[in-house]
Amino acid sequence: MNLKARNRETLTAIIFLLPNFLGFLVFASIPVLVSLGLSFFDAQLAPWPQVLTAKFIGMGNFIKLLGFHLKDGAWIANDPNFWKFTGNTLFLMMVIPFQIFGSLILALIMNQKLRGMVAFRTIYFLPTIANGVAIYLLWQWVYNPNFGLLNSMIARVGDVLNLKLQGPHWLSSEAWAKPSLMIMGLWVVIGGHNAILYLAALQNIPKDFYDAASIDGAGPWKKFWSITWPMISPTTFFITIMAVIFGFQSGFMQAYIMTRGGPNGATTTLEYYIFKNLYEWQHVGYAATIAWFLFIVIFIITLLNWRFGGKVVHY
Amino acid sequence: MRKQNTRISEALLKSKRLKVKRELLRKGITYVALTAIGVTMLLPFLWMLSTSLKEPQAIYAFPPKWIPEPVIVESYLKVWKIVPFARFYLNSIFVAFCVTIGQVMTSAFAAYAFSRLRFAGRDKLFFAYLATMMIPYSVILVPVYMLMVYFRWIDTYKALIIPAMFTAYGTFMLRQFFMTIPRELEDAARIDGCSLFGIFWKIILPLSKPALATLTMFTFMASWNNFMWPLLVTNSQEKATLPVGLSYFQEVYQYTQPDWSLLMAGSLLAVLPVVIVFVFNQRFFVEGIKLSGIKG
Repeated sequence: MNLKARNRETLTAIIFLLPNFLGFLVFASIPVLVSLGLSFFDAQLAPWPQVLTAKFIGMGNFIKLLGFHLKDGAWIANDPNFWKFTGNTLFLMMVIPFQIFGSLILALIMNQKLRGMVAFRTIYFLPTIANGVAIYLLWQWVYNPNFGLLNSMIARVGDVLNLKLQGPHWLSSEAWAKPSLMIMGLWVVIGGHNAILYLAALQNIPKDFYDAASIDGAGPWKKFWSITWPMISPTTFFITIMAVIFGFQSGFMQAYIMTRGGPNGATTTLEYYIFKNLYEWQHVGYAATIAWFLFIVIFIITLLNWRFGGKVVHY
Repeated sequence: MRKQNTRISEALLKSKRLKVKRELLRKGITYVALTAIGVTMLLPFLWMLSTSLKEPQAIYAFPPKWIPEPVIVESYLKVWKIVPFARFYLNSIFVAFCVTIGQVMTSAFAAYAFSRLRFAGRDKLFFAYLATMMIPYSVILVPVYMLMVYFRWIDTYKALIIPAMFTAYGTFMLRQFFMTIPRELEDAARIDGCSLFGIFWKIILPLSKPALATLTMFTFMASWNNFMWPLLVTNSQEKATLPVGLSYFQEVYQYTQPDWSLLMAGSLLAVLPVVIVFVFNQRFFVEGIKLSGIKG
């Protein structure tokens, strides 16, 4: 190719890339750096007229976030809320194994050539599609302690068994608020993206493997553990990593709609805490610090996953 | 000899019958399981529909009835009056429409450059794109929100649309698809003197219709269901999108028992468009998820 054609190709590439690249620069890559810079400032947006007051405090925000101080002979966290909300986030993430396991079971059931399977798959995907404020309002109503669907069903079961069964107060109880969100999360996620990915992985396993195993006299249980499970391990690995990454930075929308982060902060996650700092208190420096802390945690976990997860994956 | 043969064929027949029987049993169990899960998935939606058609007194009846009597549609009429629901609807449609067009177009252009054109630093730049996909959204959120404040874009359509128009995800997904298109087609067009833009327009885009359709739907749905960003950058009912508008309903009932019939009617109207789009195009979703693996 001659030089002229090459230059023309570069020029064309620049024109094609420009719109996306400018947006990428202004709304993604520069903000990442600005955000890092902000985390070293005590920065606040003044309400009106909107101006920024910022004072350089070095690692001050990180010390406030992660540090402890001695008070009356006991170590107290500088920001106890942060630890509580981190605990909430981790607690809510305990639903992830159930979601993944459930999606796998669903995919195994769907991986059979039966009539009407597309209709079932569509129904299972509906919660994922509709996921948003409307779904959270619906579940808030389902969880209503006196007139909601769930507690009335529990009472009905109690009638049949001749017992006086009373469901918990779900969202308004500090003990049950997180499990409520987790049960809802299971319903939303189980038939969604992960089930589709598992289904695709199952369909890619060559039939011959199972035929050979049958000749050797392997039963369905044995076939699953020695063929299916190893063959879909890359998918399991991928789904797990994505769910963990996503899990750390989620929980705002459902808690904002259903509980406003309560009762008593029981459903406030780190994502919600960032929102509060940013929107309610205009503490942009501290919000950026929490966001960067999240980034670092996610980065380390992803690295560890690649390093050690790679060994259990069979390609 | 013959006796033995009949015995073998009898045994074969028996085992075949057994096999058919077992197959039938397996199918039966599968259908029962599929239906049970399907009912679990649908029950909350049916509860939503049932509640939205009930009289106020019937909502708080115990035990609750599945079939409302009488069936009333009043909530569906009231929804439009108690808050500017039509305005929320139009805002959501307008914003989702602009975001989708912007995102698909800028992504397609960039993806073509990344997959087909040669220029210095191409792969490094693409790697930088991939890297931003790993960064938590909240890291970017803080400065972009401040940018909206500085630009005085708060409570404008610009804030709702423009930052959402550029994604690394769309570029990545389309690039992966463009890579699978055979190069021979382009080479032939080049020899015929077709310009690079012509190749993009007349060859790449028409061959990528499935991938473009998938990205279009993903983007539209994401925009439709997006909540945190519109909540941050709007502060009037004139600019609120549907999810933010639905949260206004809650505030109307802050100090009283909510009118659940009304809330469920509003929620149902809000999810209906995406559900309909999905049901008729679910094939694209499945293909799109398999293609990129990401988005979850």
